[in-house]
Amino acid sequence: MIGEGIQSSNQRRHSFVKDHVEVGFFTDPSVCIGCKACEVACKEWNHVPDDGFTWSGNSYDNTGHLGASTWRHVMFLEQDRQKGNQIVGSHSLGNGDGEDPFRWVFLSDVCKHCEEAGCLEACPTGSIVRTEVGSVLVQNDVCNGCGYCVVSCPFGVIDRRPSPLPDAGGAFKCTFCYDRQKSGLVPACAKVCPTESIVFGRLDDLRARGAKRVQQLQQSGYNDAQLYDPTETSVRGIHAFFLILGEPEAYGLPPKPQIPTIYLKSAWTSAFATAIASIIATLVAFAFFS
Amino acid sequence: MTTNSPSEKRLEELREQAWKEGVVPGKGVEVAGGPIPRKPGYYGQPVVKPPVWTWEVPLYFFMGGLAGMSAVIASAAVLFHHTDLARAAMWLAAIAGAVLSPILLIMDLGRPRLFLNMLRVFKHRSAMSMGAWILSLFGACAVPGLIALELHAHQTFTGPLDQLLRLAAGLFIFGSAIFGTLLATYTGVLIGATAIPAWFSHRTLLPIHFGTAGLGSAAGLLELLGHRIAALNFLGYYAAGVESALLIWLSLDKQGAANRAIHEHGSGWLIRIGEVLNGPLAIVLRLFGLIPFAVLSFLIGALVSRFGWIWVGKISGSDPEAVFASQH
Repeated sequence: MIGEGIQSSNQRRHSFVKDHVEVGFFTDPSVCIGCKACEVACKEWNHVPDDGFTWSGNSYDNTGHLGASTWRHVMFLEQDRQKGNQIVGSHSLGNGDGEDPFRWVFLSDVCKHCEEAGCLEACPTGSIVRTEVGSVLVQNDVCNGCGYCVVSCPFGVIDRRPSPLPDAGGAFKCTFCYDRQKSGLVPACAKVCPTESIVFGRLDDLRARGAKRVQQLQQSGYNDAQLYDPTETSVRGIHAFFLILGEPEAYGLPPKPQIPTIYLKSAWTSAFATAIASIIATLVAFAFFS
Repeated sequence: MTTNSPSEKRLEELREQAWKEGVVPGKGVEVAGGPIPRKPGYYGQPVVKPPVWTWEVPLYFFMGGLAGMSAVIASAAVLFHHTDLARAAMWLAAIAGAVLSPILLIMDLGRPRLFLNMLRVFKHRSAMSMGAWILSLFGACAVPGLIALELHAHQTFTGPLDQLLRLAAGLFIFGSAIFGTLLATYTGVLIGATAIPAWFSHRTLLPIHFGTAGLGSAAGLLELLGHRIAALNFLGYYAAGVESALLIWLSLDKQGAANRAIHEHGSGWLIRIGEVLNGPLAIVLRLFGLIPFAVLSFLIGALVSRFGWIWVGKISGSDPEAVFASQH
């Protein structure tokens, strides 16, 4: 059945860019097998350079984290919890009395393409833009590598690519395969995902699909299944959202991500007050102490 | 193979270490507490990205503060007819603000040759964009202001042309003072409005600190250059007084894990050493009349604390628990 695309629109051509339809990724760890095909497909299609081979010792994850040269990252969580109604005990590391639950969870992480994007707001060159399909895109030829987007992303996604890698000095992150989408093709990672753990499609369709999947999982004993889509914070929702088992913290996801522009008002107020105080102090100094 | 070869010795060492300590740590070896990893978040990986900025940025914060507030002092000096002081202050403003600051900022870019892209757009919601415009406008006022002031001071021209120069000098210096106050303070907004917990939790303190440190540095450096007047002495006391208050504020404002980079780490010590140098120590030295030492203490403190704040950002940004704590 692989490649048929029976459950999703992952294998179909589309005209979302032309039609200005908001699109997204729905990533579901409950069917992820940790094959890392998405990582490979992303690197190959986008010519993302390799950024070193290191042995992390963190389960089977030697990729580490998203960054300038890692736009998809499969996480390998090892948790002392039961996965759904799985049978635990006799084969696990405990004393065989069935009281030693263990689960492995895989989740393919990616740029969230925030509704209110910190990187986009912070970019002083206008290099980072919003596309017709609602994704956030870095225009590599405009970016001068100031590094402000790096500290403005509440998810720690975007980073500046260090030397001596190709195209060093610029900020990079997932492009949502904008180039492919313009030609009606599906992003590379979703295209290759053999279990449709990564689903690409219309954002509204995906949100409905995600809600249904959570319900389905909870009925099957996955009591801690939930959607990770921070619509209640100043980020106002993400276009690449996730189903997660357990708490967001375990996935390195911030529980309440905020767009840093919410801090501007108090910071500028303080700056203006300091500016005025400095002028007054200087005038006082010269008026009364000369 | 002899048992004395280095590789065999190494294996013996490992065996002894394993016997004594029960665990042999190494890259990629996480046996303690296994099989479930016990690090916070996802294997202790950072949740947000620490800043990529290097030494150019904190040095720029120092130079920008010095230059911006020099223009404020120059403005007041023009207003109160201290022409020599105004000239010295404008030279400081122009050299630090229109020459050194842009060089440092361009050096820090990942792609320095594209620096002009900063002026492609004007985004009031990006402190970096605002900063680029503030620095450009500051330079565009400070340089002509200095030239006009010097031409007027040397009486290069006479009659109406000299009157025009005097007017131009006044206007440009006033303009550079306005943009100068913003140049000295926006840097606090720049790092305050980010996703780094130790920075955004002090977004009110940072502009006060950066701006006041800039004012004290400018006044102090002018004193070192020989302008020992009471007005600058007063500004020295004012800046050191405000910085002392900020030291107390910073020490009391503990927010647990969210800003522990400031309270539990070497980076925090750097900030506090800086604050002691440009706060209480500068006041005491000034009270004893040791003005050059007071000035040096203040300048070093202002410089050191800028480096401390960038270091704190790197520590805090790499600390997943800081991010989680700031959101609970």
